[in-house]
Amino acid sequence: MRIRIEPRAQPSRLMGWLSPLLAVVLTLVTGFLFSAFLGMNPVDAFHAFFVAPVDDLYGLGELGVKAAPLALIAVGLAIGFRSNVWNIGAEGQLTFGALVGGGVALWAYEMEGAWILPAMILAGALGGMAWASIPAFLRTRFNTNEILVSLMLNYVALLCLSYLVHGPWRDPEGFNFPESRLFSESAMLPVILEDTRLHAGALLALVAVGLGWVFVKKSFIGYQMQVAGLADTAARYAGFNRKRMIWMGLLIGGAAAGIAGLCEVAGPIGQLLPSVSPGYGYAAIIVAFVGRLHPVGILLASLLMSLLYLGGESAQMELGLPSAVTGVFQGVLLFYLLAADLFINFRIRGATPQGLRSPSKPAEASS
Amino acid sequence: MDTFTAIVLATLGAGTPLVFAALGELITEKSGVLNLGVEGMMLVGAVCGFAVAADSGSIWLGVLTAVAAGAAMALVFAVLTLTFQANQVASGLALTIFGIGLSAFIGLGYTSVALDGMDPVRIPVLSDIPVVGPLLFGLDPLMYLSFALFGAVTWFLYRSKAGLLLRGIGEAPDSAHAIGYPVIRIRYLAVLFGGAMAGLGGAYLALVYTPLWVEEMTAGRGWIALALVVFSTWRPGRVMLGAYLFGGVTILQFHVQGLGIDLPSQLLSMLPYLATIFVLVLISRDINTIRLNAPASIGQAFHPSN
Amino acid sequence: MSSMKRRTSLKVLCAAAAVMMAGGALADDPLKIGFVYVSPIGDAGWTYQHEQGRQAMQEALGAKVESKYIEDVPEGGESERVIRQFAADGYGLVFTTSFGYMNPTLKVAKRYPKVAFEHATGYKSAKNVGTYVARFYEGRYLAGIVAGGMTKTNVAGYVAAFPIPEVVRGINAFTQGMRSVNPDAEVKVIWTSSWFDPGRESEAADVLIAQGADVVTHHTDSTAVVQAAEEKGVWAVGYHSDMSSYGPKAQLTAVRHHWGDFYTKTAQQVLDGTWKSENVWGGIKEGMIDIAPLNEAVPEDLVKQMAAAEAGIRDGTLHPFQGPVKNQAGEIIIPEGEVMTDDQMVKMEYYVEGVQGNLPD
Repeated sequence: MRIRIEPRAQPSRLMGWLSPLLAVVLTLVTGFLFSAFLGMNPVDAFHAFFVAPVDDLYGLGELGVKAAPLALIAVGLAIGFRSNVWNIGAEGQLTFGALVGGGVALWAYEMEGAWILPAMILAGALGGMAWASIPAFLRTRFNTNEILVSLMLNYVALLCLSYLVHGPWRDPEGFNFPESRLFSESAMLPVILEDTRLHAGALLALVAVGLGWVFVKKSFIGYQMQVAGLADTAARYAGFNRKRMIWMGLLIGGAAAGIAGLCEVAGPIGQLLPSVSPGYGYAAIIVAFVGRLHPVGILLASLLMSLLYLGGESAQMELGLPSAVTGVFQGVLLFYLLAADLFINFRIRGATPQGLRSPSKPAEASS
Repeated sequence: MDTFTAIVLATLGAGTPLVFAALGELITEKSGVLNLGVEGMMLVGAVCGFAVAADSGSIWLGVLTAVAAGAAMALVFAVLTLTFQANQVASGLALTIFGIGLSAFIGLGYTSVALDGMDPVRIPVLSDIPVVGPLLFGLDPLMYLSFALFGAVTWFLYRSKAGLLLRGIGEAPDSAHAIGYPVIRIRYLAVLFGGAMAGLGGAYLALVYTPLWVEEMTAGRGWIALALVVFSTWRPGRVMLGAYLFGGVTILQFHVQGLGIDLPSQLLSMLPYLATIFVLVLISRDINTIRLNAPASIGQAFHPSN
Repeated sequence: MSSMKRRTSLKVLCAAAAVMMAGGALADDPLKIGFVYVSPIGDAGWTYQHEQGRQAMQEALGAKVESKYIEDVPEGGESERVIRQFAADGYGLVFTTSFGYMNPTLKVAKRYPKVAFEHATGYKSAKNVGTYVARFYEGRYLAGIVAGGMTKTNVAGYVAAFPIPEVVRGINAFTQGMRSVNPDAEVKVIWTSSWFDPGRESEAADVLIAQGADVVTHHTDSTAVVQAAEEKGVWAVGYHSDMSSYGPKAQLTAVRHHWGDFYTKTAQQVLDGTWKSENVWGGIKEGMIDIAPLNEAVPEDLVKQMAAAEAGIRDGTLHPFQGPVKNQAGEIIIPEGEVMTDDQMVKMEYYVEGVQGNLPD
């Protein structure tokens, strides 16, 4: 008997909840075997990875500090992904948002006022949107593949920031080291939880999750975009404007990433550095899919991803594990999560013998 | 050796790992699958190849291992995306994260090892001819292999029946399936080939180009290989051209610096990416070029029952 | 900041008070010491030398201290959490070993006034944050002497990452050293815009060699330049670590960093309760920098010349930037009979005579 994978008529709601659990269980089993293989006590390893990082208030704050940009970016990206707009340039949009928003902070460093921070956030959003508008324009005008353009622009944005921080924007009192001035108090996001680093950017991320939910579930344009994503031809028949979808998808993703970048420099970092993101723009793509492009799922996925990062550091400290092990472990969990989604849209069956198989459906899925 | 020959040789060297990885990804994408995990596959190929070469003393055994390791990584991706129908973009990114970690983990014991690398072929007499000699008859064996693979890939895509089938599947998997071709199986093979080639590219870096292993030594070349495939509009000849252009821009930039000409280095480093975007725009303006060469189903999951 | 090695009496008082609390842990408990590394340890390079220092310290102090490290910590916002984690876990002394940890270290230090912090290569300190850096340029000067004596083409190649003062100072010191024995010598520089990319470093070295350099050195973090020299059959000067295993024929010498003595001394001070925040800038004399054993091919008289210069630097009679020092335009920056002050060296933003090309902004 061979195993067959068959599509479900309706995505399974039950599996929608069970599949991430299954992935986590599989990861735990793998982690258990892995730590035993490395000669460690699996319980200690589990504790170091998943409990120790968040066993105090500061740790919980850090969880939020890392989850906030991931959730914010992923919610924005998911809107594009739902309509088949493949923006994988969030890292560049984040960087450019940080650059423009941070530029406002540097320009206003001698000023005070409640207007500075909102202006920075706006500038960050506009910076991200500007960067995202390049692939949008090229796609709609010249039909240029947005995956590649947005990916290439990641490098260009990073080099722009590098140029500014090594040159014109470096701290005049900084002995030529590649760093900008520290932002003034008025240009820093307030901390919202005493004794942690959790800053107002986390609230922005929550707002984004809420807006994302409204956009996807309630708004007509959200519905249009999804239909456009599901079936290009159907959307065209229904008179939806594909170009508008592309612009919307990229601009929303760019704005979210730009704000996330601004929140990084105006939050935990407090100045412009040659590199302002430890790869949030890429990680957020995975978060978006692990969260199955649903705002609430994304929120949970971003917390999980954040915990994985923190767990890696904690495992180094408590168990002396090299940082390399963390990457392996993260990869494995992501594989399981991505694979487990199969059960939402498909069911697995033992196949019937050859003769009963419909001739138009050979069983290559089982290979 | 004169400066011209040196520049050309250096350009070939810088381009070769890109040629391997990009030709592999080209085949993968032609089948309709987008694997963004090239960087991860290159790294795992590099470290496995290096480890085996260091332990066995045989560079060629290392190269073979790298090929196998790259293919093994690609197999993970294939199982995820082709059997489990996971999203290709996310799976590719996850593969890169996994590959960076795994390669660092495997390589923990090998950072202190030095290898001799691979000697150039140097055909006697012929390689002594000025300019042409070292360029035609004095390269390292893997460069000759890259030329051979370029020929093979070109022949396969445009002259063989299997290549036609592969392109058909990338173009219209549903029709290919309806006629009775094993879409998933062929995509598996294409993805595995892509992985093997990425592993070979990694091996070139770790065993020939800078014979050493250090974490993340590919330093973004996997992403460049991905860009090259699109830059080439999915044509092997342009992949080669793009890879050497890309390599050549870096080398030229260094030459310009060494001659003391003053330009911000960040600006120069941007050039290859901007050039890729520019070429992309040029080629995609003409809808026919894209239609003729771009696999229509790229990045989309395919299930035989759809 | 006016000087990197400076103690103000006020600072000493404050720091002493702070540290009496820090060092005042129960005598039986080992002092916990944390190290934050910017890259994986590997087998050569910046972080590797710090790890060597940590091990030397652990060995010297034995059960009195208990040290741990976290590797591959990105600079910027991420590092603050790691540094804080050490402080919160009862570590009494934390070494943060990369420039980009400067502001995060200061932020954490403010919150944990009883913990002693030492930050490498930065310029900001506080009453419980000291800074330390080595006079890398002294080693560069000595290596330059060897390179200047060995070159036949009178051209040396220098692969460098970013034009920050520390790197520029190294290029200038190397050039000064070369020209002290070989007035015709020139140095070509290629910037890779990356601290770590073995492929690019190797390419840059190849280009320099093709342009006539017969000795190459680097201020980047891999061994690729030394390996490229070995392959091409030219000389090389390693940096951070002895890289002779990567270029047994090519490596003339290497400028090595040694942090072990400093780490041991600092840890002992914290144990004794005598630690205070200082700005340490140690060189040959303090043992923070030395020159790896010279290649056998270096002739006897050149060895002697180098050794004499080393002795001169050690006893203070020789300075790598000893007047007359000229800039590229030939203008005298440091007149005859004077030496460059630390202050002037910290702000070095120009090439000296003998370096080709313009310094990028």
